[in-house]
Parts: sequence; structure tokens; C-alpha cells
Amino acid sequence: MTTGEPGRPRTDRSPWNWLLVLPIVLPLLTFLFNADEPRLLGFPLFYWLQLAFIGVGVVSTTIVYRMTK
Amino acid sequence: MSGHTTELVVFTLLFLVVSGMGFVAARWRRPENIESLNEWGLGGRNFGSWITWFLVGGDLYTAYTFVAVPALVFGAGALGFYAVPYTVIIYPLVFLVLARMWSVSHVHGFVTPADFVRARFGSPTLALLVAITGLVATMPYIALQLVGIEAVLKSMGVTGHLPIIIAFAILAAYTYQSGLRAPALIAFVKDTLIYIVILAAVIYIPAKLGGWGSVFDAAKAKFDASPAPGDGIILNANNQLQYITLAFGSALALFLYPHSLTGVLASKNRNVIKRNMSALPAYSLLLGLIALLGYMAIAAGTKPVMNPDGKTADNNTIVPQLFDQMFPDWFTGVAYAAIGIGALVPAAIMSIAAANLFTRNIYREYFNQHATDAQEARVSKLTSLLVKVGAVLCILVLDPQFSIDLQLIGGVIILQTLPSVALGLYTRWFHKGGLMAGWALGLAVGMWMLYLIPNPVTGKQHFGGSAFALSNFGFDTKMTIYVGFVALAVNLVVAALGTLLFRALKVADGPDATSRDDYFADEGDPKVKDLDLTGSH
Repeated sequence: MTTGEPGRPRTDRSPWNWLLVLPIVLPLLTFLFNADEPRLLGFPLFYWLQLAFIGVGVVSTTIVYRMTK
Repeated sequence: MSGHTTELVVFTLLFLVVSGMGFVAARWRRPENIESLNEWGLGGRNFGSWITWFLVGGDLYTAYTFVAVPALVFGAGALGFYAVPYTVIIYPLVFLVLARMWSVSHVHGFVTPADFVRARFGSPTLALLVAITGLVATMPYIALQLVGIEAVLKSMGVTGHLPIIIAFAILAAYTYQSGLRAPALIAFVKDTLIYIVILAAVIYIPAKLGGWGSVFDAAKAKFDASPAPGDGIILNANNQLQYITLAFGSALALFLYPHSLTGVLASKNRNVIKRNMSALPAYSLLLGLIALLGYMAIAAGTKPVMNPDGKTADNNTIVPQLFDQMFPDWFTGVAYAAIGIGALVPAAIMSIAAANLFTRNIYREYFNQHATDAQEARVSKLTSLLVKVGAVLCILVLDPQFSIDLQLIGGVIILQTLPSVALGLYTRWFHKGGLMAGWALGLAVGMWMLYLIPNPVTGKQHFGGSAFALSNFGFDTKMTIYVGFVALAVNLVVAALGTLLFRALKVADGPDATSRDDYFADEGDPKVKDLDLTGSH
């Protein structure tokens, strides 16, 4: 394009993006959750903690989206 | 048969309603002219957040997934739960990548990942490799959706192949007519049914079985008693690496599948994609709960339907059997319909994606360089029919196990397009020759490793799974690793070394048709065609 927008060139860089690393790394650390106890509502740790990581993913991507919009 | 009449009636009714919707979909958000790939193949490139959520969710979380993941948990335990970390990692992983892919595709009118590679690396050959890899990886996936429907039909006592042929003929007809609008509209019904069924299942079934605690205890008791070394309700020292690499490798592979990208490119702007990265994990929660149906089946003492040979059991029928055992007939019918319709949505999207690959990267590239929009649409429509006939033949003529093996291989080979497609969005550093060499060696190593894996349960010598014993590399350990992960590592190293080599030898590289700004463009920004008209490109 010869007629670029005024101001800074567009980019998707932001320090907030680092927050995306958290839900990528957490579910891969098996030592955090590879145990039966403590149980929650009958769920062994292995299952309830990994299901809880879904929430971490949602919160992280939501924050990054909001802060970089 | 008579015991399943109510189920069959409910199943058939819902199936017919959805088929009707498939045909009507052609008039939904009606375009002026559907005869172009932007309309037929990408639904007008104008889907908002809600439609995209249903469409992509309906596309990624297939009927086969809903049947096979609990079957794996039923058979092996914790290892099968890899589906959860896999689908947690995926969205933050591709959050920025998909936005870039959407932008550059928006500017240049790309329809397939191979379109992007063609423009980025200026190499029709590399694009052809990416396209063929995508086709080979997608075809067995379509066939597997039939396995999902078949599992349900078997549980209703329906045998023979005619019902499947009819179901796929209907699917083929409305996909031909309505294109991507058909699965987009049907996905609303499919996902609503799935959510209702699974929520009912995870509340009702454990309550009947004495609570979640006793469900897990029953599973633990089964695995403690079984002689198999790898099972259990938690991982052991030997399969943790497999669990991690399988989850991570699968996450890397998912959006390289052409059909995943189809849903993404059909959305109307970057924000739709980013919002969906926060919303799609709702399906991951659903998948996690579905996985646990495998344990409920253990606790309930559910028995899978036996294979025709009378010796081995078809574990894929475990979820349908569990529903049949626990639910009243009419609700079992709803649940079966959810799985059956769940097969139609991804099958439609996959066949559209495969057809688009053929049209754009083979037909247009090698047979008709000046194809008009209408010609492209016609070729795609016809190819989508052929693809479905091929999928049905796969199941009818070949052993379904063959499709399952191919799908396993598919995950490994689609990963080999990562350097060109995903890294290509970030860097133009790689030389096209290096990328081709990496693709070839990654593929070779992957196939070799898969060939070496036996499956003691089924007595197969080769292609028995994706868990490669590190002892094959000479390590003194029982640990296993996901094949795709190793193959991709080889690919990356070769691509990097090849790039250095080709540069040193001054081998000509292809031109890059994209510019930096293209990767951040959004709805309303000028496209290449518009730019050409104004002469500013």
C-alpha cells in the first residue's frame, strides 16, 4: 500500500501476550496434577485440576483480548 | 430390534429435520450469487461470533471424538484424558496465529492454507505438497465420522450398510446445494442436542451410580486388576511424556487441518476469532465430561457390542451402550441423534475443505489458471461429492480399522506442514527448498516410527498406535513419546539446515507476494483486488 494509515505501523505485539503462555504451559506440567488425592466432589486431583485449567485458559485469552483490542 | 423402536423413531425424526435444514440453508443469509468459493466454500466470509462458535465447535469436536475419547478412557484410563490438556492449550496457542492467518487471507482472498503457502513462498510445488498433505489427512477423518454414526446404529440393532449410504447421500446433496451454510446452520441443532445430552448424562448417570467418587473408584478397581501396564486412573512414570507430547502435538496439529481453517476464514473479522478463543473452551469442558463417560461405563458394568468375529469387542460402542442402559428410550434416541448429527457437521465441513484444496491448489494451479469464480465453485461442488463417495467406499470396502490407522497417521503428517503454514505467518526466513526437504524427512521419520509400533491388545505388528517406545532409539527406558512430536522436530531441523544450505549454494528462492501490513489487516481494509483496481499495489 502506498497510502499507509497515519500513526504507528500496525502490530500484534504486546506485553499482555505473555499471559497466553500460562495456559499453554500449565496443562503440560504433569507433576502438578498426577495424583488421586486430594479429591474434589469425588473427582481425583488429576481430573478436577485439569478441568480447572480450562478456566485459566478462558481468563487468560479474555484478558489478552480486552487489553490489546 | 423391537426394543429399540422408540430410539429409532426419535433418531430418524431428528435426522430428517436436520436434513431439511441443510437444504433450506442455501437461502439463509442469502447471497446474490452462491457460485463462488467465497460464498459456497466460506459462507460469504461474514459469520459473526455466535455462528463461528457453533460452526468451529461443531467442526473440531466431531462425532468420532465423542465416541473415541470415552472409548479410550474406558480402555486405558488417564491417558485418554489427554483430550482435555490438548483442547486447553490449543486456543492460547493459536490466538495470535489465527488472527494473522485471517488477515492475510482476507487481503489476498485465500481459501486454503496451501493458497497462503503459494503466495508467501512463491512456490506452486510447496503449495501442492501442503495441499496433498491436507487432502490425505482429511479423507480418513471424513470416513471416521461414518464410524461414529455406525457405532450408534449398531447399538440400535441396525446392521448393514444401507442406512449409512442413505445418510451420506443426503449429506452430499445438501452440502452440494448449500455449501458451508449447511453445516453452519445444522451446527446450532447439533451442539444444542449435544450440550443437553451431556449435561443430563453427567448429572443423572453418576447419581444413579452412587456419585462421582464411586465412579472413579470403580475405574481404579478395574485398572488395578488388569494386567496391562499402561492403564490406571492416573499416569505412571512411563506414559507421562507420551501424555504431554500427545497433548501438545495434537494442539499444534489441529488448526493445520484444512477444515479447521475453513471455519476460521469464514468469520467476518479478527475480533470474532479472538473472542472465540475464549468461548470455544466451553466445548473442552464438554469433551472432558464426555471423556468421563468411559469411567461411568466401567462403573455401570456396560459391555461394548462385539465385533462380527465374535472375539473382540468394539469399544467405540461403549457410549451408545451406556446411554441405552441408563436413559429412557426416547432420550436415548435424542442422544443417538446428537452423535449422528454430530457426524454430519464435520463431515460436511471437511469435504468442503478438501474440495477447496483440490480446486484452488490442483485444478486452478495445473489445469485452468484463469478459472472464473463460477468454475471454481462448480469444481468444488463436484469434488465434495466425490470426496463423500470416497469416504463411504473407505468404510464399505476397507476395514474401518484402516481409516482409524490412517487418521492416526493423518495427525502426524499434517504436523509436517507446520513450518510452511504456521511459521510462515511469522517469518519468511525459510527457503522453499528447505521447507520441502523438512516436510519429506519429517514425513519419512514419522511413517517409519508409526510402522515400528505394535499393538499387543489387537495383535497388530505395525501402525498400532502413536506411542513410540524410546527404547527403539537405544534408551534404556520404558518411556514412550508421541510420534508426531519427534517427526516435527526432525522436520524443523532439516528445514533450518536446508535453508542455510540452499542460501549458501545461492539456489533461487520464490518471491513473497504478501507484505507486512497484510498480517494485521481487518474488516474494511482494502483487499488485493481493490488495490489492483486503484493501481496502488
